[in-house]
Amino acid sequence: MHRRVFVKSGALALVTMGLDPSFLRRTAFAAGLRAAPRGRVLVCLFQRGAADALNVVVPHGEAEYYRLRPTIGIPRPSAREGGAVDLDGFFALHPALAPFKPLYDRGMLAPIHAVGSPSATRSHFDAQDYMETGTPDRKGTADGWLNRYLATAGTCEACATPPSPFRAVAMTEQTPRILEGPAPAVAMTSLDAFTIRRAGGDAAARLEALYRTGSADLIHAAGQETFDAMRMLRDADPQRYRPANGADYPRSPFGQRLRQIAQLVKADVGLEIAFADVGGWDTHVNQGGATGQLAARLADFARGIAAFVTDLGDRMDDVLVLTMSEFGRMARENGTRGTDHGHAGAMFAIGGGVRGGRVLGRWPGLAREQLYEDRDLALTTDFRAVFDEAVGRHLGATQPERIFPGYAGTPGDWLDFVQG
Amino acid sequence: MARPLPIAALLATLAAAALPAQPRLATPAPPTVAAAGREQTRDQQVRHVLDRLAFGPRPGDIERVRAMGVDAWIARQLTPERIPDPTGDALMAGFPSLALSLDDRFRHTPPPPRLRETRRRGGAALTAADSAERRRDRQQARRAGRQLLGELASMRVARAVATERQLEEVMVDVWENHFNVFAGKGPYAGQYLVGFDRDVIRPHALGRFRDLLGAVARSPAMLVYLDNAQSQATPDAPTLAPRPRRAARQRRGLNENYARELLELHTLGVDGGYTQHDVIEVARALTGWTIAPPAQGGGFVFRPALHDAGAKTVLGASLPAGRGIEDGEQVLDLLARHPATARFIATKLARRFVSDTPPPALVARAAETFRRTDGDIREVVRTIVTSPEFFSAATYRSKVKSPLELVVSALRALCAEPDTTPRTAQVVARLGQPLFGHQAPDGYPETGEAWINGGAILKRIDFGLAVAAGALPGVSVRRWAPARELAGAPREQQVDGILHALLGGAASPDTRQVLLRGENPLLARADGPTRRAPATDPLAALVGLALGSPEFQRR
Repeated sequence: MHRRVFVKSGALALVTMGLDPSFLRRTAFAAGLRAAPRGRVLVCLFQRGAADALNVVVPHGEAEYYRLRPTIGIPRPSAREGGAVDLDGFFALHPALAPFKPLYDRGMLAPIHAVGSPSATRSHFDAQDYMETGTPDRKGTADGWLNRYLATAGTCEACATPPSPFRAVAMTEQTPRILEGPAPAVAMTSLDAFTIRRAGGDAAARLEALYRTGSADLIHAAGQETFDAMRMLRDADPQRYRPANGADYPRSPFGQRLRQIAQLVKADVGLEIAFADVGGWDTHVNQGGATGQLAARLADFARGIAAFVTDLGDRMDDVLVLTMSEFGRMARENGTRGTDHGHAGAMFAIGGGVRGGRVLGRWPGLAREQLYEDRDLALTTDFRAVFDEAVGRHLGATQPERIFPGYAGTPGDWLDFVQG
Repeated sequence: MARPLPIAALLATLAAAALPAQPRLATPAPPTVAAAGREQTRDQQVRHVLDRLAFGPRPGDIERVRAMGVDAWIARQLTPERIPDPTGDALMAGFPSLALSLDDRFRHTPPPPRLRETRRRGGAALTAADSAERRRDRQQARRAGRQLLGELASMRVARAVATERQLEEVMVDVWENHFNVFAGKGPYAGQYLVGFDRDVIRPHALGRFRDLLGAVARSPAMLVYLDNAQSQATPDAPTLAPRPRRAARQRRGLNENYARELLELHTLGVDGGYTQHDVIEVARALTGWTIAPPAQGGGFVFRPALHDAGAKTVLGASLPAGRGIEDGEQVLDLLARHPATARFIATKLARRFVSDTPPPALVARAAETFRRTDGDIREVVRTIVTSPEFFSAATYRSKVKSPLELVVSALRALCAEPDTTPRTAQVVARLGQPLFGHQAPDGYPETGEAWINGGAILKRIDFGLAVAAGALPGVSVRRWAPARELAGAPREQQVDGILHALLGGAASPDTRQVLLRGENPLLARADGPTRRAPATDPLAALVGLALGSPEFQRR
């Protein structure tokens, strides 16, 4: 277990050991409000269930690919129907990702291939855990890496002004592992839900009073954060929001969550970290090729992200979107026209500061001897190199060793995918 | 959708249940642990068992348990088959479609798969009209499944509110979460889940773990959810019978999904010492464990022609070649008796009943009971809930309620009639726990931190206000006995009465102050004018505040 000391205004130092009074750590952060100035934003999008990287960013220049995937392979870009969308003559996007192509051409988007966790696990839950804690093969890690970023950057030693309650927002039912930890984070599935209905009379004030009695446990602390955030959101008035530039979000939960993240970015409520996840990638059976199950997931994914980029317009200069999935899938299709759990995967980096228009990461090849354990795409980039660059360069984090404990990588391992 | 509710019957049985325990029910199973050595006071113990072994007390329960004695009550709850449950039985009469067998269900709806089957047997090729019909069938099946699923979820919530066999119902919740099945997978998940709840989980909820594991392994719900129904011997493997031509042509093969989760989530736990090789071997052993098509009843079948009959090694044990269903049975035997399974299940149960971080010594003793009794769940639970650790001071009110626990405990405290409409189950879903709606096989979180965050607190507060406002079927503060008694009383007495009825002695002085004065001296920053809405019933307002209070989120 990795615990650390947090200091607020130099007045309160809490050493937490053994029994973990996380509420104490949380209250150290819970204080007044401010709307942060326009700042950098990192949006992490998690594809839960292990997206099939080889059908997402298709290595059509690799003959082995079509041998390994006789029924579900994505046709070459030259194909008359359902062909992949060529990027560089070797890699192509799944046709359902066509909305990404203009972003790639404008240099705002970079696929990263053969990236993932060095852990050998093929368990969804372990692999998600490792990706979210940022500590592969170490399950005891108490907090997520995004939360460690929040906890080490800006708020503690240098906390002249306390952070916005909306500094970190997860558009999820529960706080995701990646945002668990001492720094406060709000989890919600909809901005509209972030209010007390039926609060007749003075019920709202009295309920707030119940959570501000000074008790310092988990539930009281979360309640206080809630009321802080509610007040701020009310001032920002998100109900009147209309997407800009004709952005057309899908009606899916994923699309609507991206829309609301865009709202928060534009409302200047001090958002710095946003998170959303989207499931349905665990395609063991009948995953389809250019059309079908995976294609439908990808279409929603790409349309949502493209609408987000359109909606934010110039504001994308401050925003980095990073997509991730716990691992890739077997290089060879399985006996049920699907793919079983594999190893390395693919990510996308999207934003005004992204050095895109190229496919990043060293390609390991798909020949039998090049595969990991004779079956999966091998790993050439540790996901921590990508995350480390994202927080180090895009957000300006200065203490990488505290965000990724046990990681031996340095800025020399960065892929140079984003500007500082 | 709402079915007529046998309200009179329910009320009668509720009234009967609220009577002091009849002597014959207080059968004297001797307490296994002396009540001495428990840190909790006697009153705390009474409240504690009702919060942990039940979904919270109804009015009168505290007195009943006190009269019977905590240990006798625990012993009684551990043998649910001996507890008469007229309320629960009456409730089930409101859900006739949940009583149908899978075969009956498929016989009645939807007929078209059967039609197609007939046509195929008649040698006719499938026409375009057939495929359109097939699409319609699937849609129809999905709709029927969703309807069933709604009823199933309503039944789960209503039964937790109403049944006398509370511990059994808690265990149903434990196991349906442990063996999580997602209702969104495949067109027939709703149909399969009805049998999963009724025939797979309930009969074994306090039975033998091996029986439970075996029933789950043969359940269409799990076979479909984790893809084992589709898994078959790889084309180069020997099978017990010639492969059907279609299977041979499709060259399908192994699917590891169920095998992996069986090891990782159902038995050994992720640190249980198995390898990727074991996963593959378990998947091979379970080839041929599949389901019949809906037209043939849709139940479990073992297909020798799809079973990999080669020799296998699982966790160091050899499975000889040439066998059939015995392979899978032997794997389940091995797993159910494995020490890692004993530890994993003991930890899980201790986490549910005792603490988010269960004391290792207790887990070790519970695991020992598991091994000694060959996985007798009843005895493992008994070890846990009669332990000094269970009755320690630190354990008291230390667990955060899940959304289901929150809703059911509120409804029980308010003596609600069980709701057979989908409404209350939808409320549980909105609070973040749609029953059978968790996509990943790990089930819902079992610890407090995962349930408590900003958005969740708001929804919980909203829920409390909605209940108090009478927005849920079957609940009315005005009809609630404590409210009737307190109607004309002075404010202070009302506050204390409500707090006593809903929170026992657990309300903090601060909470009492806030309820009493309607303001909080600590809240210096309460800004903005509070809108004066039309006066609400002051007692209902107090109930709303008490249910939305931090204290009510704990058990």
